[in-house]
Amino acid sequence: SARRVMAAGGRSWFRALALGVSFLKCLLIPAYYSTDFEVHRNWLAITHNLPLSQWYYEATSEWTLDYPPFFAWFEYALSHVAKYFDPKMLVIENLNYTSRATIFFQRFSVIFTDILFIYAVRECCRCVNGKRAAKDILEKPTFILAVLLLWNFGLLIVDHIHFQYNGFLFGLMLLSVARLCQKRYLEGALLFAVLLHFKHIYMYVAPAYGIYLLRSYCFTANNADGSLKWRSFSLLHVTLLGLIVCLVSALSLGPFIVLGQLPQVLSRLFPFKRGLCHAYWAPNFWALYNAMDKALTIFGLKCNFLDPTKIPKASMTGGLVQEFQHTVLPSVTPLATLICTFISILPSVFCLWFKPQGPRGFLQCLVLCALSSFMFGWHVHEKAILLAILPLSLLSVQRAKDAGIYLILTTTGHFSLFPLLFTSPELPIKILLMLLFTVYSFSSLKSLFRRERPLLNWLETIYLIQLVPLEIFCEIIFPLTPWKRHFPFVPLLLTSVYCALGVTYVWLKLYISVLTERISVRQKAE
Amino acid sequence: MEKWSLMTITVLLALTVRWTVSLGSYSGAGKPPMYGDYEAQRHWQEVTYNLPIRQWYFNTSDNNLLYWGLDYPPLTAYHSFLCAYIAKLINPDWIALHTSRGYESQPHKLFMRTTVFVADLLVYIPAVILYCFSLKETSTKKKASICALCILLYPGLILIDHGHFQYPLSLGFALWGILCLSYDWDLLGSVAFCLALNYKQMELYHSLPFFCYLLGKCFKKGLKGKGLVLLTKIAGTVVVSFAVCWLPFCTDMAQIMQVLRRLFPIDRGLFEACMFSSPPPRLANIWCSLSVLIKIKNIVSPQTQLKLSFAVTFLSLLPTCIKLTVQPSLRGFKFALVSCALSFFLFSFQVHEKSILLVSVPVCLIINEIPFMATWFLLVSTFSMLPLLLKDGLLLPYAVTTLAFLSVCAASFAIFEKTSAEDLQLKPFSLSLKGYVSWFKSFPKIVRSLFLLSVTLMGVLSLASAAVPPPQRLPDLFPLSVSVISCLHFLLFLVYFNVVILWDSKNSRSQKKIS
Repeated sequence: SARRVMAAGGRSWFRALALGVSFLKCLLIPAYYSTDFEVHRNWLAITHNLPLSQWYYEATSEWTLDYPPFFAWFEYALSHVAKYFDPKMLVIENLNYTSRATIFFQRFSVIFTDILFIYAVRECCRCVNGKRAAKDILEKPTFILAVLLLWNFGLLIVDHIHFQYNGFLFGLMLLSVARLCQKRYLEGALLFAVLLHFKHIYMYVAPAYGIYLLRSYCFTANNADGSLKWRSFSLLHVTLLGLIVCLVSALSLGPFIVLGQLPQVLSRLFPFKRGLCHAYWAPNFWALYNAMDKALTIFGLKCNFLDPTKIPKASMTGGLVQEFQHTVLPSVTPLATLICTFISILPSVFCLWFKPQGPRGFLQCLVLCALSSFMFGWHVHEKAILLAILPLSLLSVQRAKDAGIYLILTTTGHFSLFPLLFTSPELPIKILLMLLFTVYSFSSLKSLFRRERPLLNWLETIYLIQLVPLEIFCEIIFPLTPWKRHFPFVPLLLTSVYCALGVTYVWLKLYISVLTERISVRQKAE
Repeated sequence: MEKWSLMTITVLLALTVRWTVSLGSYSGAGKPPMYGDYEAQRHWQEVTYNLPIRQWYFNTSDNNLLYWGLDYPPLTAYHSFLCAYIAKLINPDWIALHTSRGYESQPHKLFMRTTVFVADLLVYIPAVILYCFSLKETSTKKKASICALCILLYPGLILIDHGHFQYPLSLGFALWGILCLSYDWDLLGSVAFCLALNYKQMELYHSLPFFCYLLGKCFKKGLKGKGLVLLTKIAGTVVVSFAVCWLPFCTDMAQIMQVLRRLFPIDRGLFEACMFSSPPPRLANIWCSLSVLIKIKNIVSPQTQLKLSFAVTFLSLLPTCIKLTVQPSLRGFKFALVSCALSFFLFSFQVHEKSILLVSVPVCLIINEIPFMATWFLLVSTFSMLPLLLKDGLLLPYAVTTLAFLSVCAASFAIFEKTSAEDLQLKPFSLSLKGYVSWFKSFPKIVRSLFLLSVTLMGVLSLASAAVPPPQRLPDLFPLSVSVISCLHFLLFLVYFNVVILWDSKNSRSQKKIS
C-alpha cells in the first residue's frame, strides 16, 4: 500500500506540473505570433478545400505546403473542427486572415495536441530510474526530468508564442524513445516512421534509430565481451521492421505515387533553393564560417589585400539578406554541407554499433546526430536546436557529466532563440521564462548531483554569465546608439556567433565524452 | 534545492503570470467618452505634470473634476507625477494638457503596464517574500516558497492590477506595515501604514486593527511607564508622516479642506457604486443585495442612510476591536484585519467592488493557518468581481488564473484533507458547543460538500454570464446573482472570522503545544 500511496503522490505532482504549464500556455494566447500562424491557416484552407491531387500544387499564398502528407492530413482533420469556429479562415484567398475565433482555435489546437507530448513525457519519466530514492520530491530525477521537458523554455516560446506544432511532434519522438527504452521496439519504430511522415526534419536522427534497431532488435544476442554475435540475426524481426516502415510510407506517400506526383511532393519538401543560412544565422559552424569570412574581408580591406570594387555589396550589408556571398573563403554548396553532416554523424553511429550501451548509448547517438546535423546542415533553423536539447534532458538527470553538458547547451541554445521574439511586449516574457527555466535547471541539477564535482568549470561559467551583458547590449544599449541605423544586423550577428561558440564547444565535448568513455569501458572489459 | 532558488522560481513564475495577464485588455479600452481606470491614471499624470500643485484638486478651466478628477490622497498624486515625468521623456504626447485626453496606443499601453509591473516588483512582492520567510510555521525551506506562491498567484489582485489597471502600492505599503509589526518594529510599521493611507483612503478599512493592536500593546506595557512612551512615539510618528505627505497642501486651510472633500464626498449617497453601474447593482455589498428586495433608496433619506450604515458597521466591528485591544496578539491582529475590512466592505458607505481586495490581502496572509477557508474566500472574492472583469474583456485570464490558483492551493496545502473543526480553527468554539449539537462527527464532510457546491455554483454562473445571453425580461440576471451569491458567502465568512477571533484564547494555543 505504501507503494500505491507513492504512486498516487507521483501522479498528483505530474498532473500539477502538466496542468500548470497548460494554464501558462492559455495565458500566452494573446501574445505575438509570427508568419507561421498564417502558414498553418493557409494549410488548413488548402487541405479543407482542395482534393488531394492539388495539395502540393496550390500556390496562391507564398506559404505553400512543404510538410509531408501526414501533417497535411493532420491539418485536414483540424480544418473540420475549425469550420465551427470561423469558416472564413478556411478560404484560400483570405491571405493573412485573423479573427478572435481564428486565434483561439489555432492556439487551442496547439495546446490540445500537446496532450500527446505530456503523455510522452510521463512515459519517459517511467524509463528513468533514479540512482537513489530521494525523500524530497523536488530532488527526484523523475520530477526534475518532467519539469525540464514539460516546462522547456524553447518549446514554450516556439509553439505557444511564435506558433508551431512542435509539441505533439516531439511527443511522438519522445514516445518512440520511451518505447525503445522499454524494449517495445516495433512500437518505437512505428512511432518514428509516423513521425518522419509528419515532419521530415527528424530524418537527421534517423541513423541513430536505424542502427539501434538493427543492433538490438534484428540481432538478438551479443557475445560475452559485448561485441556482435552475427549468428543471432533474426530474419523475422527485419521483415517486421521493414513491413512497418513500408506500410507507413505507403499510407503517406502512396496516394501521391499513384497520382504520379512524387517528384512534386519531394521538391516541396526539400527546397534547396534557399540559402546556406536562414535570415538569422542559426548558431552553428556556418555562422562561425560566415563571421570569419566577414572578419577576413574587413581585415583585408584595412590592409589593402582586397580590392573594394570587387566585393559584392550584399556581403557588407548582409546578415539580413538570405543569399550570403562569401568574399574570402570559398562558397559552400548544399552537397558540401551534406558531406560534412554525413562525416560528422559517422563516428557516433560507429560507436552505437560497436559498443552498444543499451538505451543510454542510443540517446547519446541520437543527441549527437541532432547536434551534428545542426552544426553542418543546409539552411538550418535556430529552432532545430530543440531536437538535441529535449533528448539530452533524459540523459542529464542520470549522470553529472551529461548534466553539465546539458546546462551549457540549453542555456546557449535557448538564448539563441531570443531573436525569434523581437516585439517589445514579449521582451519581458522571454526574459522571465528564460530565467525561470535556467534558474530551475541549474539549481535542480546542482542539488541532484551535489555529492559529485561541480557541473561546470570556471571557463564555462564565465561563458554563460557573459550572456547577460550580451543580452543587455543587444536589447537595450544597441538600439540607443547611432549604429542601429547603419549596422542593424550587429545584435543578431553577435548573438549567433557567441552562441555558435557554445554549441560547437558542447558538440565537441559531448563527442569526446562519448568516444573516450567507450575506450575506458573496453579497458575495463579486458 | 536551496531556499533562495525556490523563492526565485516562485517570484519569476508570479511575474510571468502578471506580465501575460497584462497583455490583455484594460478597463475602458477604446470606450469614449469616459474610458476607464486606465484613462483615469493617465489623466492624473497629465494633470499633475502640467498644473501647479495648488490646482490639482480644484476645478479650473484646465482641470475638469467631472472628468476623472483626482480623488485619492496626495501620495497617489505624487506617484502620478513621477510616472508623468518618465512618460514625458519617452513621448510628450502621452501627457500633453487637454490634447492627450483618451490617448491610447500600443507603446503607451506598454509604458503603463510597465509602471504597474515595476510598482508590484518593488513594493508588493518583496513584502510578500519577507512575510513568508518570517512565518514561524514555515521554518522548513519549502513551506515559505509554497506560501509565497499561493499569495502571489491570488488571481483577484493580478487581474485588477495588471488587467483592469490599478497600482498595488497602497496594499503593498499596508503589507509592509503588517510585516514591520510582526517584527516588533512598531514605528516603522506605523510609517508604512501612513503611506498606505496616504496612497488610498480605502486603507481606512485596515486602520482600526492597526490602531487597536498598537493601543493594546501599549496597554500591555503599562500605560504609566513604557506604554505611554511607546504611545507618544507612535502618535508622533503618525503625525510627522502625515505632515510630510501633506506638506505642499499645508500652505492653506482651503487646500486641505478641498482635498478632504475630494476624498470623502459623503453627499453622494449610499448607493454611489450601485448607481454608477446603474441600473444593475453589481456590488456584493449588503445594501446593494438588499435593494433587490427592498428599495431602501426610496424609503430612507441620504442622511439616515449614512447614519444607518455607520451604526451597522460600527456594531459589526466592535467585538473584534475590543478583543484585539484587550488581548493584542499578532495572530489576532491578522484575523482582525480580515474581519474589520470585511465588515466595512459589507456594511459601509460608498464601496467599490474592487474594495474586496482589501479583505483578500489579509486573508492571503493567513492562508497557511486556515488554508481551506482562505482558499475558499479568495475564490469567492475573485468571483465577486466577475461582472467588472467581463466588462474589461478579461474572461480568459480570469478563468485561467482562477483555475491555476485553485489547483496550486489544492496541491500545496492538501486543502481537502484539512476540513476538520480543528483545521478550521474552530476547536474552542466546538468545545463550547459540545452537548448542544451532535453533528460534529460529520462536520468535515459537510464543509467539504459545501465547498464543492459553492465552487460548482460559481463555475456554472461564470460560464453562464460569459456564454449565455440573459433572458430579455431580466437583463441583469447574471450580475445580480453573482453579487447576491457573493454577498451571502461574505456574510457567512464574516460570521466565521468573528467566531474564530472571539473564541481564540491563549489557553487553546498552549494546549495545542502540550498535546
